[in-house]
Amino acid sequence: MPDRLTATEAPYTIGMPPFRPGDSPDFGGAFVEQPGDLSRPPVDCEAHETAEHARGLIRVLDDNHVASGPWEPDIPDEELLLGLEHMLRLRTFDDRMMKMQRTGLLSFYMRSFGEEAIAVAQTMAVEEQDWLFPSYRQPGAQFVRGRDMVSMICHCIGNLEDNVRGRQMPVHYTWREGRFISISSPVGTQFPQAVGVAMASAYRGLDEACITWLGDGTSAQGDFHYAVNFASTFKPPVILNVVNNQWAISTHANLATGGRTFAERGLAYDLPSFRVDGNDFLALYAVTKWARQRASSGLGPTFIEVYTYRAGAHSSSDDPSAYRPQDEHLCWPGGDPIDRLTQHLMARGLWDEARHSDLLERLDAEVTAAYKEACTHGDLANGPYPPASTIFTEVYEEVPWHVQEQREELGK
Amino acid sequence: MAKMNMIAALNSAIDLQLQRDENVVVFGEDVGYFGGVFRVTAGLQEKHGAHRVFDAPLAEGGIAAVAFGMGLNGLRPVMEIQFADYIFPAYDQIVNEMAKLRHRSGGEFWTPVTIRTPAGGGIKGGHHHSQSPEAQFTHTPGLKVVYCSTPYNAKGLLASAIECNDPVVFFEPKRCYRGPFYGDPHNVPTWNSHPDGEVPEEHYTIPLEQARIVRQGAACTVIAWGTMVHVAEEGIRQSGVDAELIDLQTLVPWDRDTVVESVRKTGRCVIVHEAPKTSGFGAEMSASIQERCFWHLEAPIQRVTGWDTPFPHSTEWDYLPSPGRIAEAISRTQEA
Repeated sequence: MPDRLTATEAPYTIGMPPFRPGDSPDFGGAFVEQPGDLSRPPVDCEAHETAEHARGLIRVLDDNHVASGPWEPDIPDEELLLGLEHMLRLRTFDDRMMKMQRTGLLSFYMRSFGEEAIAVAQTMAVEEQDWLFPSYRQPGAQFVRGRDMVSMICHCIGNLEDNVRGRQMPVHYTWREGRFISISSPVGTQFPQAVGVAMASAYRGLDEACITWLGDGTSAQGDFHYAVNFASTFKPPVILNVVNNQWAISTHANLATGGRTFAERGLAYDLPSFRVDGNDFLALYAVTKWARQRASSGLGPTFIEVYTYRAGAHSSSDDPSAYRPQDEHLCWPGGDPIDRLTQHLMARGLWDEARHSDLLERLDAEVTAAYKEACTHGDLANGPYPPASTIFTEVYEEVPWHVQEQREELGK
Repeated sequence: MAKMNMIAALNSAIDLQLQRDENVVVFGEDVGYFGGVFRVTAGLQEKHGAHRVFDAPLAEGGIAAVAFGMGLNGLRPVMEIQFADYIFPAYDQIVNEMAKLRHRSGGEFWTPVTIRTPAGGGIKGGHHHSQSPEAQFTHTPGLKVVYCSTPYNAKGLLASAIECNDPVVFFEPKRCYRGPFYGDPHNVPTWNSHPDGEVPEEHYTIPLEQARIVRQGAACTVIAWGTMVHVAEEGIRQSGVDAELIDLQTLVPWDRDTVVESVRKTGRCVIVHEAPKTSGFGAEMSASIQERCFWHLEAPIQRVTGWDTPFPHSTEWDYLPSPGRIAEAISRTQEA
């Protein structure tokens, strides 16, 4: 747990990031915390039994990519290989979409760069029938659930086949079939909504949980506090994740809170609370499985801080070199999540360079083909777009007279 | 039929919905064991169980967000905001989230939440127990906005609101919970002797988008909602003019045909609401009416509203539209 940095010259405390442009970033090389430091408590434990887990860091993969410790999950090899494939699929997809954005075929984009393990591992750890209520940096969950990439691109470019009919900005995915609930731009609103989704599952007696995510910056919103308090009060099957990737656009986590770890906040609400290495696929999977098992046993919510680093820009509109050292992510002690799982699998003889480059080639072809197919339905630069009449539909279940009048006024 | 005040009528509507649809849940601040500060949900927890009628922590934004999530996952939440003045912490969840969910998700998700909230002045509530913020919601596509005025329409409209698959903001004029209000705080009747205090015990609905002609008339159309329906009725009486009184009931979508037909008939129109004038829903009505009825109008449309100031405490009778002000406005329409 690193100390919070603050400036001292101000009349009140102003948080500071550890490094600014021009500094040589140095996070100490490696995490002090090691696999095996923290026990795996029984899923019916009391919240206070996780006090150390909320201040420490749950890891499974050590600095040499060897898995060990009580949190090492029981996960089949083929699942791990699939996890690696989905992470690589996401990174390949992101790179292609960013290129599309740069060439004007897409208005805006947000990559998951450096955070690919989060949505992939955590979605693999929950059940198929569970609800996913993501922020904008968990699109990878859709790959785990098998969403057609063409459909995702069609949404991002707002073309004829966009399932939300050109209404939302790129990466604001909706996919009911995959129980991936519609993303909206106001940050954090999904957190207390997820509590309501989980309360409905409990009310209806369904074996469902709802997993939701927001960021370190967003955890300052009232919605964060509503969510944790309502979750604590009603104890529905919800898994609340704060993805602490250090940066909310240019605002470092040290400026977002005066607290120490985000996970500690959950303890005050009597929720079992864990701080987990977000670049460690196995640790993420294990902690999320624990949370899901606790939800299944009727004991309600789990609070998780996913400790990671936003390796890329906030979005295509952001240039992080203005506020942090350009290569800072290369110094992150958590390393790169894809690289770490790759090294682990290679060390175990489950993976090799040849298979890796074959996979990359296959994914590149898959993304290219999907991109080409999506563009046959139109792109944002050239159209065709969804018909203008879609502006007026699905505002209400049925189109009321005043909206119908306006549609007729537009004449399309 | 039974004699009911508005509280009993609303309670009956919620009770019947809880009986008819196992997915209806009711929650908010103090609504559970206690039955609500205005007693609208009294007895419902005991009858239907604490998992269906319950108290929420004091966080309007959290209540709205949880209702959003429940509605998205198959339930039909009826949430209460204890006073409309306290709805604003939930504004983002209502305006950016509930109102847009169906549209933003291409129809894949929706949330049929009913937001019940006591509104309006006349109870010595000062700034923050008196406001009537309907225009803050009529301006948001995706929401339906309803304002009841009597026990009879309260029950029928609330039933429709709960059965509606769109989010509905349902305003209850708290001044009229126990009786109609004709603008005289020293003479406050109960619903007992009012025809709209006769309420069927069984389930019935009043369609959203349907106004109610309270009083037929030929010389002027007076449009009001909530408490102002009754104040306007008294205003018409004092004016001596044969005015038609329309209780709009649903503000979005409002009943175009009833309003337009009436104004084309009378050629004159007065709109009454207790919310401030600027950007009030009366402005929308006035603009829409002149668009549709311009060649039938014999006089400028009049608005009688609360002032563009915060709602006062001890001087509230000078803030709220009075029968006298309404009568004067009606008379002005007769001058042309």
